[in-house]
Amino acid sequence: MSGADDDLAIDVRSLNKHFGDKHVVNNVSLQVRRGEIFGFLGPNGSGKTTSIRLMCGLLTPDSGSGTCLGHDIRTEADKIKREVGYMTQKFSYWDDLTIRENLNFVARMYGMEKPREAVNEALENLGLGARANQLTGTLSGGWKQRLALAACMLHQPRLLLLDEPTAGVDPTARRDFWEELHRLAAQGISVLVSTHYMDEAERCHKLAYIADGKLLAQGYAADIVAEQALHTWTIHGERLTELSDQLRRAPGVDQTVAFGAALHVSGRDAAQLEKTVREFSAAQGLRVEPSETSLEDVFIYMMNHSKNNAGAAA
Amino acid sequence: MDKFFSVSRWWSIVLKEFLQLRRDRVTFGMIVGIPLIQLMLFGYAINTDPKNLPTAVIVADQSEFTRTLVSALRTSGYFAVTEQLSTEEEGRAALAQGRVQFVLNIPADFTRRLLRGERPALLLEADATDPAATGMALGAINQIAQTVVKRDMTGLLAHLAGDPPPFEVRVHRLYNPENNSQFNTVPGLMGVVLTMTLVLMTGLAMTRERERGTMENLLAMPVRPIEVMTGKIVPYIVIGLIQSSIILLAAWLLFRVPFVGNLLAVYVSALLFIAANLTVGIMLSSLAQNQLQAMQMTMFYFMPNILLSGFMFPFRGMPEWAQTIGNILPLTYFNRLIRGILLKGNGWFDLWPNLWPIALFTVVMMVIAVKFYRRTLD
Ligand SMILES: Nc1ncnc2c1ncn2[C@@H]1O[C@H](COP(=O)(O)OP(=O)(O)O)[C@@H](O)[C@H]1O
Ligand SMILES: [Mg+2]
Repeated sequence: MSGADDDLAIDVRSLNKHFGDKHVVNNVSLQVRRGEIFGFLGPNGSGKTTSIRLMCGLLTPDSGSGTCLGHDIRTEADKIKREVGYMTQKFSYWDDLTIRENLNFVARMYGMEKPREAVNEALENLGLGARANQLTGTLSGGWKQRLALAACMLHQPRLLLLDEPTAGVDPTARRDFWEELHRLAAQGISVLVSTHYMDEAERCHKLAYIADGKLLAQGYAADIVAEQALHTWTIHGERLTELSDQLRRAPGVDQTVAFGAALHVSGRDAAQLEKTVREFSAAQGLRVEPSETSLEDVFIYMMNHSKNNAGAAA
Repeated sequence: MDKFFSVSRWWSIVLKEFLQLRRDRVTFGMIVGIPLIQLMLFGYAINTDPKNLPTAVIVADQSEFTRTLVSALRTSGYFAVTEQLSTEEEGRAALAQGRVQFVLNIPADFTRRLLRGERPALLLEADATDPAATGMALGAINQIAQTVVKRDMTGLLAHLAGDPPPFEVRVHRLYNPENNSQFNTVPGLMGVVLTMTLVLMTGLAMTRERERGTMENLLAMPVRPIEVMTGKIVPYIVIGLIQSSIILLAAWLLFRVPFVGNLLAVYVSALLFIAANLTVGIMLSSLAQNQLQAMQMTMFYFMPNILLSGFMFPFRGMPEWAQTIGNILPLTYFNRLIRGILLKGNGWFDLWPNLWPIALFTVVMMVIAVKFYRRTLD
């Protein structure tokens, strides 16, 4: 183990994975520091799940290399499995076992010293003590998600790989969940969490954005936003769809994104953008104001650009 | 370094399987249901004492005695005289086409030679393709002959009625010279039931995990293939033993199969055979992509077993190629073991030649299964 990488929980370089002739993970390099909450963003089918599986040794990369908690992802999958808690995207505990039985199973699998105590404590923390003997299959989505998190943390892993843990979970439960993640990070546990909720992205220390198998950006949210050098104006008003079509063809406008009753208009050329926006607002009597470029604006911008580039290359 | 085999991890798989099995009512029903249904089908419906089997008679000698004989045949219930033929060739053709099960041949000078005390012979040709079908009827034929003798050989002919009987019935089994007793089927069923249920249930064991999405979770845990596979097998060993006991009880109580041999030998053979089937199942399970495939593979494995193992047809009556296939199947050896123990009272020394092939088969299957176990999701 090289000393310099000691503080990296995940360090993978140039990972590639094909399914048939589909290039699902394309040259992905990614570093996650210890104690960091690292958000992994990207649209559906962009390769998040596949990348996570590569990192914990559940899939073998076609090329590329890397370590997870200092263990080689190709040759030391067994060691990785013992120290990592992996929460699958689809709930993957046994529906026909009770909550307690599932946790017992996990505790024994990891050869825990005091499985009974650990399970009781987990049930207590979950607030599921009273329902411990209920069949897991009868739990609601939110409870299943909490159980899955508790189960994958039972063996006190040093790294959590969470694959869309909050998909389909109500806002309150999501907020609790993120608070829990921050508590864990404060204890020095590293977390890689995939999501497609933008509000969650902003709760991560660092982010990576993947689209179509390619990692388009990686780093602090502010840096990612700054890197794209986009300027944004917000337009308030009605019939924004029509307006959006007109704006997109106007000079200085690279992108328009609708957010409910507001329209974000972004472009790289600040002067030209301002001119266009002001002309529109004067002509149609709309309220406009300069605004911060949001992460979402940037991600949409990056995704469209990677698509356009791919289109141009083909 | 990690242990090669962790008993606690293995035990945790065993417990999990038991718990899941306990809640799976359908499977639980199968454990008891399949042996019972099979026993009913094979034991009663198919292998019951068949009556009214179509019979042709060739009567070259019309006399009062031969008429009595033919009518006795009828009244016995086993034979239904459906045709009167005139030559032996016609008789053979009727058998070959499957029109009749038996042809009774009464030669031209039968009565004359009988009266002279020359002990003439009646020829009964039987289509013994399915020995179970003809067995009882053939057993009855001598009884019938005795009745005829007792009734007709009176008065002047009384001297003929003594021992040995005044004529003999020569039974000629066609197509299949090996004679199976009725007791062949029920012990044979034990192996068939074990093969069917155990291969199917373990065949589904791994694919079920894959289809429900729990396989990814299992793979993400630090458990070794050998622990998963052997752990998943254990509950089914118990099931196999329960099924064996159900069939043994039925064989004893319902079918009065003789228990000549040693019960311990029965269970040792059964245990070995159960292990063989479970490794087949677990191997198919790691080969198959989904439960449907596992099911199809099970059927594919089941077919030659039921046909070529000596369960349906006498092993030595089969063509060489079929015997070659049969020799690979553990059921072939188990059929010999169980019949040998129950019916012939075979001891360990006689059993050994049929025990080691099953053990070898088991080891080979387990090695293949572990080899094919996918440790990743690739
Ligand atoms: N086992 C597989 N076999 C074939 N294609 C797959 C497999 N797993 C994923 N894919 C494909 O790879 C792409 C990326 O999938 P995935 O990694 O699940 O994306 P995400 O998690 O970002 O939604 C998708 O197009 C998906 O259809
Ligand atoms: Mg996914």
